Amino acid sequence: MRAVDALMACLKAEGVDVVFGLPGGANLPTYDAFVDAGIRHILVRHEAGGGHAAEGYAKATGKVGVAFATSGPGATNLITPICDAMMDSVPVVFITGQVRTELLGTDGFQEADTIGITMPVVKHSFMIQHPQELPRAIHEAFHIARSGRPGPVLVDIPQDLSRAEIDYEPVGDVRLPGYQPRVEGNQKQIRQAAKALAAAQRPVIYAGGGVVNANGSEELIEFATSDRFPVTCTLMGLGAFPAPHAQWLGMLGMHGTRAANYAMDEADLICAVGARFDDRITGKLSEFAPRAKFIHIDVDPAEISKNVPAHIPIVGDAKHVLAKLVVEYRATGADPARLNAWWTRIEGWREKYPLGYEDSTDSEIKPQYMIKALFEATGGEAIVTSDVGQHQMWAAQYYDFPAPRRWINSGGLGTMGFGLPAAMGAAVGCSDRLVCCIAGDGSVQMNAQELATCAQNNIPIKVFIMNNGYLGMVRQWQELFWDGRYSHVDMGQFPDFVKLAEAYGVTGMRLEDKGTLVEDFKRAIATDGPVLVDVRVTREENTYPMIPAGQPAREMVG
Amino acid sequence: MGEPGTKEPLSLEELEAATNLRTGRKHVLSILVENKSGVLTRIAGLFARRGFNIDTLTVGPTDDEAVSRVTLTVDGAVHPIDQVTKQLHKLVNVLKIRDLEPGDTVSRELALFKVAADGVQRGELLQIAEIFRGKVVDVTKRAIIIEVTGTTEKIAAFETMVRPFGLIEMMRTGEIAISRGRTET
Repeated sequence: MRAVDALMACLKAEGVDVVFGLPGGANLPTYDAFVDAGIRHILVRHEAGGGHAAEGYAKATGKVGVAFATSGPGATNLITPICDAMMDSVPVVFITGQVRTELLGTDGFQEADTIGITMPVVKHSFMIQHPQELPRAIHEAFHIARSGRPGPVLVDIPQDLSRAEIDYEPVGDVRLPGYQPRVEGNQKQIRQAAKALAAAQRPVIYAGGGVVNANGSEELIEFATSDRFPVTCTLMGLGAFPAPHAQWLGMLGMHGTRAANYAMDEADLICAVGARFDDRITGKLSEFAPRAKFIHIDVDPAEISKNVPAHIPIVGDAKHVLAKLVVEYRATGADPARLNAWWTRIEGWREKYPLGYEDSTDSEIKPQYMIKALFEATGGEAIVTSDVGQHQMWAAQYYDFPAPRRWINSGGLGTMGFGLPAAMGAAVGCSDRLVCCIAGDGSVQMNAQELATCAQNNIPIKVFIMNNGYLGMVRQWQELFWDGRYSHVDMGQFPDFVKLAEAYGVTGMRLEDKGTLVEDFKRAIATDGPVLVDVRVTREENTYPMIPAGQPAREMVG
Repeated sequence: MGEPGTKEPLSLEELEAATNLRTGRKHVLSILVENKSGVLTRIAGLFARRGFNIDTLTVGPTDDEAVSRVTLTVDGAVHPIDQVTKQLHKLVNVLKIRDLEPGDTVSRELALFKVAADGVQRGELLQIAEIFRGKVVDVTKRAIIIEVTGTTEKIAAFETMVRPFGLIEMMRTGEIAISRGRTET
């Protein structure tokens, strides 16, 4: 059998039901194998779209996403999705074609040093040097991508090796002596954490994307409600704890709620779970949570004490550790009444500083209202993807996510153009659920070509463009921190998104009236197939509240 | 561990955070890696992108042909060694890392010195080489090459001694190190 036919067998053995990709010269053998493989392949219009679609698929389903590209420019077009998957710990296997081995290192046509270029942004990579190695490399790639802290793994296959004949034997194991992620958590440390929690007067649970990745949401809820622990989540963790909930403080960080940020600031004990103390969370590091001791639970030991020194480090995944922690915590017999004063303080912040905005008095659509209307129109039950910018923050603030894997966005890398292809991937992976993309008019243009993919394959995503004609977040920063000197942020009203939608064979709508917005959204959602909705919103609205970059939480504005 | 339920109270005041992130001394990291293509690039790339400086680096085979050993020295005054080793551990091809304790370690470096040696200076130079147990490995009319093995400090001392004679060039291998006693490094 050819190595590429073995590749298909390996994908099936890994349970792959769909992949995203684009063929080219160096992966012609692979695409020949697709003809008879019985694996659904979705032809994208740009490799970056394919990569983000694989990410969206992985985030929505919890399974490993797969993206294919050819050598050279095909592979370099994958760099952004690979880096994005690295930053947000998304399990994706990227399989690239490479020039024939005799051409390697000669600057051959469409040759790029894919392994070298991607090395800083992959969890691991495999350069196939003998065709016989391919099946094992594929299985090891899947194993590495999905286990421990998930991430992107790349397999680069020279064209001549991919078509070579091999003796294919199914591979049932992995041989990775240098890769043994620890998920269980040290029992002694967990007990110590339970005792610290029992002693805490002002505790906060700070949960991140690691809870979602570990499918640890139920354990988080059980742990948090085993007492009245206040819970906040990072942008990546939204949905890991249901919103709204009596113990839910809202998102924390730069555009988080005051209740969440002030609680972190005054906490005496912070229990970080699957979160990495990113600068968008901590603000000025030296003034971050100055009164707190830290329990840090993470499957990646290198995250513990990287930015904030931990008092109780626990290496393990959220699901395993929280399940044990709740048992240990209950056994301490801690008195919930000790948290009364803390809750009084938190309730004070909640009442004084709710999320809010000044609504229009006419038909103008405020961007915040747009999110609330979408929440209402979807009953809060959609999978929502987003691009990056103001619309992303408003979506995070105003769409209450009741469950994990409903909120899919690019948090770490902050990739504009992520939302539309990610929605496409999510919709392919979760065909029974409504998938909406909340996009910016700037961001959506960075991967709008995938509308063609959606139209051709009838992938029924509903894309809602929050159109203010600006690169809105950059405009906001120029207004607030650069004396209002707007520099290259005005996008005008180009393109005509309704016409663009129609050109791609997608239903296009334009909405400008607040009064009918919920009904109009319901109409868009009820429309068969992919829909692109151009929602005209207030042009110069700012995202608040906000911790200015490099400032402590106490300095929140707006 | 026993059953949960110990009710001995804990005071948050007692909790201490990880400290000494910067140790202030030189660290010798002995790293076993799978002998696969690109491993050294992965290590070097990791150091570069995390902003860690490698002071010396040596790579060589071990008694197992599937495994190579990388010995590298890092300045613990500048870099958080804990973070360096944790990041190294994340590389799939890294099998084992030992941060060697200076007291429990024998470390050696080999150096070749090419020194100008015209006539009268030659005798004195040879005497210094002898004191350092250096070996003359090449002699020509105008230069001598001396091989010296020892700790980094010894080689630095030798360099200081021969420099006035006219040091033409010097080659150093970087340190290798092995733990004392019966246990494996």
